[in-house]
Amino acid sequence: MAPLLSIKNLHVTFNTYAGKVYAVRGIDLTVEKGETLAIVGESGSGKSVSSKAIIGLLPKQSASIEQGEVLFEGRDLLSLNKSEMQKIRGSEIAVIFQDPMTALNPTMKVGKQVVEGAMKHQKLSKKEAHHLAIELFEMVGIPNPEVRINQYPHEFSGGMRQRVVIAMALASKPKLLIADEPTTALDVTIQAQILDLLRDIQKKTGTSIIFITHDLGVVANIADSVAVMYAGQIVEKGKVEEVFHNPVHPYNWGLLRSMPNMETKGKLYSIPGSPPDLMNPPTGDAFAPRNEFALSIDYEKAPPTYAVSETHTAATWLLHPKAPNINYTKQSNDDLDEEEISAVNMNDTLLKVSNLKKHFNLPSKQVLKAVDGVSLEIRKGETLGLVGESGCGKSTTGRTLLGLYEPTEGEILYNNTPIKEGNKKDFSQKIQMIFQDPYASLDPRKKVEDIIAEGLDIHGLAENKQERQEKVQRLLKVVGLQPDHAQRFPHEFSGGQRQRIGIARALAVEPELIIADEPISALDVSIQAQVVNLLKELQKDRDLTYLFIAHDLSMVKYISDRIGVMYLGAMVELAEADELYKKPLHPYTQALLSAVPVPDPKIEKTRERIILEGGLPSPVNPPQGCRFRTRCPLATEKCAEIPQWREVEKSHWVACHYV
Amino acid sequence: MQQTEQKEQQHEILPNEMFEIVGRKEEESEKINKPILSNWQDGWLRLKQNKAAVISLVVILLIVVLSFIGPYFSEYSYEQTNYEKVYSEPSGEHWLGTDKFGRDQWTRLWEGTRVSLYIAVLAALLDILIGITYGAISAWKGGKVDNIMQRIIEILVGIPNLIIIILLIMIMRPGIMTIMLAMVITGWVNMARLVRGQVFKLKTQEYVLASRALGASTSRIILGHMLPNTLGIIIINLMFTIPSAIFTEAFLSFIGLGLQEPLASLGVLINDGFQSMRNQFYLLAYPAIVIVALMVCFNMLADGLRDAFDPRMRK
Repeated sequence: MAPLLSIKNLHVTFNTYAGKVYAVRGIDLTVEKGETLAIVGESGSGKSVSSKAIIGLLPKQSASIEQGEVLFEGRDLLSLNKSEMQKIRGSEIAVIFQDPMTALNPTMKVGKQVVEGAMKHQKLSKKEAHHLAIELFEMVGIPNPEVRINQYPHEFSGGMRQRVVIAMALASKPKLLIADEPTTALDVTIQAQILDLLRDIQKKTGTSIIFITHDLGVVANIADSVAVMYAGQIVEKGKVEEVFHNPVHPYNWGLLRSMPNMETKGKLYSIPGSPPDLMNPPTGDAFAPRNEFALSIDYEKAPPTYAVSETHTAATWLLHPKAPNINYTKQSNDDLDEEEISAVNMNDTLLKVSNLKKHFNLPSKQVLKAVDGVSLEIRKGETLGLVGESGCGKSTTGRTLLGLYEPTEGEILYNNTPIKEGNKKDFSQKIQMIFQDPYASLDPRKKVEDIIAEGLDIHGLAENKQERQEKVQRLLKVVGLQPDHAQRFPHEFSGGQRQRIGIARALAVEPELIIADEPISALDVSIQAQVVNLLKELQKDRDLTYLFIAHDLSMVKYISDRIGVMYLGAMVELAEADELYKKPLHPYTQALLSAVPVPDPKIEKTRERIILEGGLPSPVNPPQGCRFRTRCPLATEKCAEIPQWREVEKSHWVACHYV
Repeated sequence: MQQTEQKEQQHEILPNEMFEIVGRKEEESEKINKPILSNWQDGWLRLKQNKAAVISLVVILLIVVLSFIGPYFSEYSYEQTNYEKVYSEPSGEHWLGTDKFGRDQWTRLWEGTRVSLYIAVLAALLDILIGITYGAISAWKGGKVDNIMQRIIEILVGIPNLIIIILLIMIMRPGIMTIMLAMVITGWVNMARLVRGQVFKLKTQEYVLASRALGASTSRIILGHMLPNTLGIIIINLMFTIPSAIFTEAFLSFIGLGLQEPLASLGVLINDGFQSMRNQFYLLAYPAIVIVALMVCFNMLADGLRDAFDPRMRK
């Protein structure tokens, strides 16, 4: 049987003012009917560009397809003209974009948006279209479809909007659905809902899906086959079990090993370095400089694609008969046992927060209770993880602790001294922050040297220019950057490098407590491990205490000693990391843990999830009593009372009536 | 088929040494090979690619230079009259001819251009100074202060320009200062709004938060982070303000509210030329060419600068 879609030797380049960027460098792919193909890769690996090339959505002025063909049911899509392409895009291939917030037209009723395309291509009457819209809304699991189709996008939550976008894509009964990171902008519990939905839809309609993502857990969950991309090329592809259980490309080894699972201890494996600059793609294997098993031929010649099995291929010289044999699984275990974490002395409290509240007054006279009564202690030398979905107030908590926001109520004690408006500056040297977005957290007009030295300048920590320079150089070395990077500007660095600059800036004033606000969520998998390892190392060397805010539970579990779970501005559970994962007590924690996708297709495809209904209620008007009761599977009338925050077992706190 | 053949060939050719593990070259992947480029240099590279902007820049520079040294090329001063040579045609003696009082048009043209540019640049700079201060304070304080300051701006915008200018000229003597004051009184409003918007946006940027977290003072944040990051937009706006100020000055002088004879400005010259347009059209043509060149070039340069420096405009 001929495949639905096959891409042959596709090359895409972008013309920028600085030169030509070779974004996609010869990829071959096939998608069978009814199959889900996942394309995995880091940002800039060319995965989105390839998918856009399929549907002809590359920007005309700058992008050009140098060579190759894209055969869709035997027709070459690249040779079609505009109107033919439009027909295919509307009826046979549909796309789901990453951000549901911008994919819908805010001034149009959603029902109309959903069927607009179908009406045009299938020539439906108004009445038929109306029925189709309701049918589609039912299919994607939007309750009350009759009412909902007449609403506007702003009346939907993020997860619901993504459902609308999916309904829109399904309206024309496409044979191929291209989903470009459809769950990246969503929270884990919502992500679990959407993945479930996509799988369900595929079963019902038999459409093929190209699923683009950077999250291996999601891949294991949804994909039948996988293509791993690196630097514009496919380095390994095959059935999902083959790629996960029998990986042969060293990049894939690195990716799989750098994702911690719930049991990972010791040092995390990381792929060092940064991905290559595709303006001057390296000769030979693009991954060689970061590959610990790089052969000398890797630096000279690009590897051909070898077949491992009928469905499994990889491009690496390691598969050449003359190449040495490297045992992947053994390697990975060795590494993980290497080191044991030293027990932290958990007796001294560094920071104590009691009943912290932060309310924002909205222009509409409403009050947004971002943080509403959080109490916690951070002990000297420990890492306290803080997890929760977006909008739960975890970042606000962090920023309030740092003094960026004035608390509405409550007390913050640092080493038994209360932090107030007047003495804030004394603490700015002791408490520092690492920010989420490495692209927004560095001033684009300043040199790296000046960015790192800002704290030194403010607190007068460097007496003269030479000392300032030396300190900056030392910090650059600590975070693994090169001395000549000091004279460069932020826009020249990759995401991971920038985040390391941000860490160096925070370290410059020699703080005791670092609040890390989602420091890795904007980074690629291979880079995340680098940053987490760096943070761990620094903690050991410098006796740092961390408050680690994140939504990636496996990473939080890996780095934290204790973990607090937040929901809608309040803490629902707090316990030692192992304890929390082994014995989650609060129903929200249980749901959250079960929603995390694990990078192992065997586990993913068999395990039962607790899927939470609906989305997060608005913090402007939270539910009375227990905030979680609107989504809680255990909720009863008693939950209308506020549950007490109590210590159920030794150092295991929870706020729920039913524990 | 072909591929397998190729592979077989490679089997034969490749020597064993090539399959030794040499390991990673981590340093290599961290290295940045591009030359160091600041944002300004980066913008300059982009600007250089925009031919229209570069030509505009050259023309503007030429006009500016001429406006300074032009008058020294002739032996006459701009107010020196010569009633024997009224309305003489362009010649070796008077390159661009003379006007109704026999004054040398070449000298007057460049003198006038300089005065016009002087007024425009100074007015634009004053705009910026007031606008930045007002806008930055308004955005930084936020809340009530911002609300009141913005209402004041709205009231100012509501009063027609011309009324203010006429009132001012009634009180003060027409001249460079008056005309500049008239333009600045209402002109800074745009800049203030622009800066306010920008500062509002930057206020929540993570690098500003980071600076605050490090304990930076307000003045350090505004001068060290906000201004440099607003500068691009300010300069772009300046480039748009200057031509409109030149035009306003010319317009006012033309309707008789601006500079008065014997002072020269582009507006005064056009007014003069307009009166003798039928017989000596060239008296009108010279200043008209200069003013058109200035307006077009400044606007094109501003456009190019915006493309080069304003990230929102990047494709």
